[in-house]
Amino acid sequence: MIRRNSLQRLLDEVGPVDQAGIEERVSKYTTRSIKKSSKLFGLRLAVSMVDLTTLEGKDTPGKVASLCRKALRPHNAPDIPQVAAVCVYPSMVKHAAKHVKGTPVRIASVATAFPSGQAPLKTRLAEVRQAVADGADEIDMVINRGAFLMGELNLVQDEISAVLEACGDATLKVILETSELETYDHIRAASFLAMRVLRPGDFIKTSTGKTSANATLGNNQVMLDAIRDHFLATGNEIAMKPAGGIRTAKQALQFLIAVKETLGDGWLNNRRYRFGASALLNDLLRQLETQRTGAYQAPWAFSEDSSGY
Amino acid sequence: MLKITKTPKCYVGGAFIRSESGRVAPLTDNSGNFLCNIPLCTRKDVRNAVEAAAKAGAGWAKRTPYNRAQILYRLAEMLESRATEMAAVTSTREVRSTIDRMVHYAGWADKYEQVLGSVNPVATSHFNFTVTEPVGIVGILAPEDAPLLGLITLILPAITAGNSVVALASRECPYPAILLGEILAVSDLPGGVVNLITGDRADMLATFATHEHIRAIAAVADKADATALQQGAADSVKRVVIHPPATDWFSGKHETPYSIRDFTEAKTIWHPIGA
Repeated sequence: MIRRNSLQRLLDEVGPVDQAGIEERVSKYTTRSIKKSSKLFGLRLAVSMVDLTTLEGKDTPGKVASLCRKALRPHNAPDIPQVAAVCVYPSMVKHAAKHVKGTPVRIASVATAFPSGQAPLKTRLAEVRQAVADGADEIDMVINRGAFLMGELNLVQDEISAVLEACGDATLKVILETSELETYDHIRAASFLAMRVLRPGDFIKTSTGKTSANATLGNNQVMLDAIRDHFLATGNEIAMKPAGGIRTAKQALQFLIAVKETLGDGWLNNRRYRFGASALLNDLLRQLETQRTGAYQAPWAFSEDSSGY
Repeated sequence: MLKITKTPKCYVGGAFIRSESGRVAPLTDNSGNFLCNIPLCTRKDVRNAVEAAAKAGAGWAKRTPYNRAQILYRLAEMLESRATEMAAVTSTREVRSTIDRMVHYAGWADKYEQVLGSVNPVATSHFNFTVTEPVGIVGILAPEDAPLLGLITLILPAITAGNSVVALASRECPYPAILLGEILAVSDLPGGVVNLITGDRADMLATFATHEHIRAIAAVADKADATALQQGAADSVKRVVIHPPATDWFSGKHETPYSIRDFTEAKTIWHPIGA
């Protein structure tokens, strides 16, 4: 009972989320009409924000190499930017490093027994250190959802701090796994729990992409609101990464509208906002090519994304 | 008793949809009385229908020819059971001819390969043979007259060969296509293989022509439309089959495996053999 109360105390402290209000608000984002130059701007921006991801048991160094080539040069057309980062498993970091080290494309690695996080802390920290030693610029960690739901908030926060220390200079992204937190109130509370120990420029991230429910406009909005409130209270700029389930350019533009209208232009760059996705990039390219050529493109006009290997 | 007016909907991806634009146009009967509102689809609806066709295409092409034959025959059965209703909006003669044509192409489904494929004599030690493959997604622009028979005559050869179809129905008389959608939905044809949309041709013609994912077009078109289609199709090297507006759709010349050939790609295989 006492443990429940610690979660309750945090909820009281950070304030509740108006679920109906949030859903009403995000449903408005989907009705905006974005055309012509604004659309091109949004699409290019979204390309530059993609964390091009492959997280599968069947990943091989060869597959990671293709992913890196795609990240460095998403399409032949001129003026299409490079993506922000490639996101791979820790064992693949050294293979990715061969291709993207020294380029603007960063290497992100999921670590801490992704996606469940169910491994001893010692093992998780060792994984993080190894990934950073192999060349990872960014670490995507998962929080201990079981501990969070049990009310062991100090444990959750201490683990984040420990991983942060293991990261050294690498950027940390804290995956809340929103689908397992169940309510918007919990998502907001977990966001604050993480943000209070994060450095400016570190990320909070919605999901692993490995569960049925992934990033939605709703939980994205709750987390953006939390980032704004935290920024207004402390001046710390925390970055945001929705991941999983964002497959179409249209969705990406809707997420960008949410960023623009909640946090403003300061967050409309790939140091403050990212998309964790694999199939999204090709749809963005498809829309950009459609805008450029005037003809809707066939899927075979683009190199396969990592979901297609 | 209060009359319930029907909301006709397009048949796309196995579901009944309104146009994404929300636009409709009133449809009247011969004496000018309001019947219903027909969706006015847009180029965005065409693109959505192409996505649906792409999703369904691979599975349909993989079906055995025998199974495709059964399904096309079943389609004729389903139309037969609603023949009276369909005849009321077309004509009995048109419905009879449509059913006949469905049965005709059902017969071809597992036979056209024997006619269009070949074993080719070559001078080297190869077994050389040609088989046909579906081209992919076929765009169809239906005629204004014979709104059922004309439409189905363009659809059948394409789906018999394992293609999937996005078809724009007659503008003046779209209701038979709406009914056809309802019949397709209860036939065994997988959703998305035939997608039927309604609306103004001028809104969608350019999208049909230039959409790179559409691999062939069968259109009833006057000279101006035909030129627009051919020019638009050139960039994506799309096959375009044009029928003049004055075509007699009842003619038996439409029942031929050569109209199936229009929507197939020949694949020739050189298979090495010993000495």
